[in-house]
Amino acid sequence: MSGGGSFFVGAVLIIPAVSAGLLAVLPDNRATARLNALAAFLTFVAATVLFWERPAAGHFLIVDDLNVVFIVLSTFVGFTTSVFSGSYIAHELETGRLTPIYLRFYHAMYQTLMFAMNLALLSNNVGLMWVAIELATLTTVLMVGIYRTPAALEAAWKYFLLGSVGIAFALFGTILVYLAAHAVVGEGLDAMTWSVLVKRSPEFDPALLNLAFLFLLLGYGTKVGLVPLHAWLPDAHAEGPTPISAVLSGLLLNVALFAVLRFKSVMSANPGAFAPGPLMVSLGLLSVVFASFMLYRRHDIKRMFGYSSIEHMGIITFAFGMGGPLANFAALLHMTLHSLTKSGIFFCVGNIAQVKGTQNMRDIRGLTVSHPVLGWGLVLGVAAIAGLPPMGIFMTEFLIVSTTFARSPLLAVTLGLSLLVAFGALLLRLNGLAFGDPHGSREPVRASFVPMFAHFALVIAAGIWLPPALVAWFQHVAGLLR
Amino acid sequence: MDPLALDVAHLFAGGLVLVSFMLLYQDRMTGLVNTFALHALVVSLSVAWQAHIQHAPHLYITAAIALIVKAIIIPLALHRIIVQLGIHRTIETVVGIGQTMLAGIGLVALSIMVMLPITAKAGTLTQQDLAFALAVLLLGLLMMISRRNAVSQVIGFMSIENGLILAATGAKGMPLVVEISVAFSILIALIVIGVFLFRIRESFDTVDIHALHEYRGEQP
Repeated sequence: MSGGGSFFVGAVLIIPAVSAGLLAVLPDNRATARLNALAAFLTFVAATVLFWERPAAGHFLIVDDLNVVFIVLSTFVGFTTSVFSGSYIAHELETGRLTPIYLRFYHAMYQTLMFAMNLALLSNNVGLMWVAIELATLTTVLMVGIYRTPAALEAAWKYFLLGSVGIAFALFGTILVYLAAHAVVGEGLDAMTWSVLVKRSPEFDPALLNLAFLFLLLGYGTKVGLVPLHAWLPDAHAEGPTPISAVLSGLLLNVALFAVLRFKSVMSANPGAFAPGPLMVSLGLLSVVFASFMLYRRHDIKRMFGYSSIEHMGIITFAFGMGGPLANFAALLHMTLHSLTKSGIFFCVGNIAQVKGTQNMRDIRGLTVSHPVLGWGLVLGVAAIAGLPPMGIFMTEFLIVSTTFARSPLLAVTLGLSLLVAFGALLLRLNGLAFGDPHGSREPVRASFVPMFAHFALVIAAGIWLPPALVAWFQHVAGLLR
Repeated sequence: MDPLALDVAHLFAGGLVLVSFMLLYQDRMTGLVNTFALHALVVSLSVAWQAHIQHAPHLYITAAIALIVKAIIIPLALHRIIVQLGIHRTIETVVGIGQTMLAGIGLVALSIMVMLPITAKAGTLTQQDLAFALAVLLLGLLMMISRRNAVSQVIGFMSIENGLILAATGAKGMPLVVEISVAFSILIALIVIGVFLFRIRESFDTVDIHALHEYRGEQP
């Protein structure tokens, strides 16, 4: 059993690492896009096997019920994005926005990012997790700046500065956690091993843990995009290549949130430490309120969906902060659905921006007339992300608001109202984008719509019928989370 | 622990905070880069001393990385960059040196007041290292927000990183310190190359990040 498990854990890490190296040296453009997709697919398959085959936890890697959900989701979206990326990049090469050299760089970075995210999710060592998240930050900074326009450089610079300050805070927090642990567990790797930390946490010094969690929440929270540490997020989403926006929103934010969750369970296991929940609730709620108002008056379509990601990460952080089996269940499901929907929307938006040659929403009108597939795809995606029934996100938002209502009506009302505000903003924009007289280019799109509709189909299916096995699994994980 | 060993460790850690203050008021780019080289030198001495007194030979690697990469290679590269960008003579207006220094003193007091009681059980060496490390971290942040120049901001970030290395070595027996310092060095090297390669100067004719703000994506 465990032998097979470690083989697949190895595969999840080694496939992206090796293909990153290969893609950096292979010259041919067509083949590299396919190799990229193939590598992502193989990683996804290996990750799925982890549901059944698990190695025993070591000092560095662990597969448990919580991270397997993140891993499978992450590798799945990684795979569909790589398929989308193939057609997207081909177009960028034709228009000359990217040269073959940059393309090689892009593919190598894509796989490095996949490697870093999988490593962060699988790591059982808080130091290793930090290194992995740092690597992920680095690769995305480089990719955001890949077009080298002034706007892209500014976005990359801002992302780099805020991201590294966040990373620095997270490291300081990690050092403090080690200090708290090493007094109890002793020196060495044990004191940084997550599974040991959770088990022995009740004996740790609460004051040290409190301070550590503050730094960790601020540090990794920057990467989650929580207000007031979010300033990098809309720019990075708007200026990078669209597949990267999809992976940023769909995956990297989740990975950072996962790090916060890991430390949250260390905190909650300690009776003397303060409860981490209220902090997360307030940061989450602040993000939702702020982002939902910021959704109005956006001009750039990718920026707008960047703000929408802040809003949804806020909802998820809020729900995890509330805690309890039901809120955790809703948060996990919401996170999954948000990843699928948001990356699907970015696939759609990427095609729209390419065919229209602009990201300015004033120049994009009447998509359902000029490009019916893209237009209706966008309608579907925005309806899903805004939380219209019967989409899955409606259900999870409803669950979150209703469980909150039972415990703290005031918070629930604030959350509900902000959701409505965001809903209004999105529909207002959608109206202009999708309907009315078409505006601008009417060229047909040459792109694969399979990834986009595959995501939306999953989201709709989740809203209508969730397989009982999946529900049971999520409930089980939600019960484990503390 | 031997009181002399402790005193020397204290000297280096305190020296690092002092050099952080010196970074705050440098208004010439050349002076700033030289002061940063001093900062890196102090941190490498401090790490080497900790390696000696903690009997942790792997920390010598961290010290060597700090010395070679951050005290020698990066300052040399930065000197080249600022000469090529033609900003080696410019005087950067640092907003109110007086206020910045006062804020810095406040931050040091804050970090000492926060860290000393919390780490009381962790031993004197760790206690002092962490308090000083937090001070260096906060001073670096202060520098990053009070400067407008991309190169100065990078230097501010690198001083933060030196503070973190101090904290990591102060936490006795912490594993992965070497790996973390390598990862950090890669990050920094990339950034310095980034400033150069992305040719902020070429695209904007300036490294003043105020100029960047013109290009926000939110223009009507």
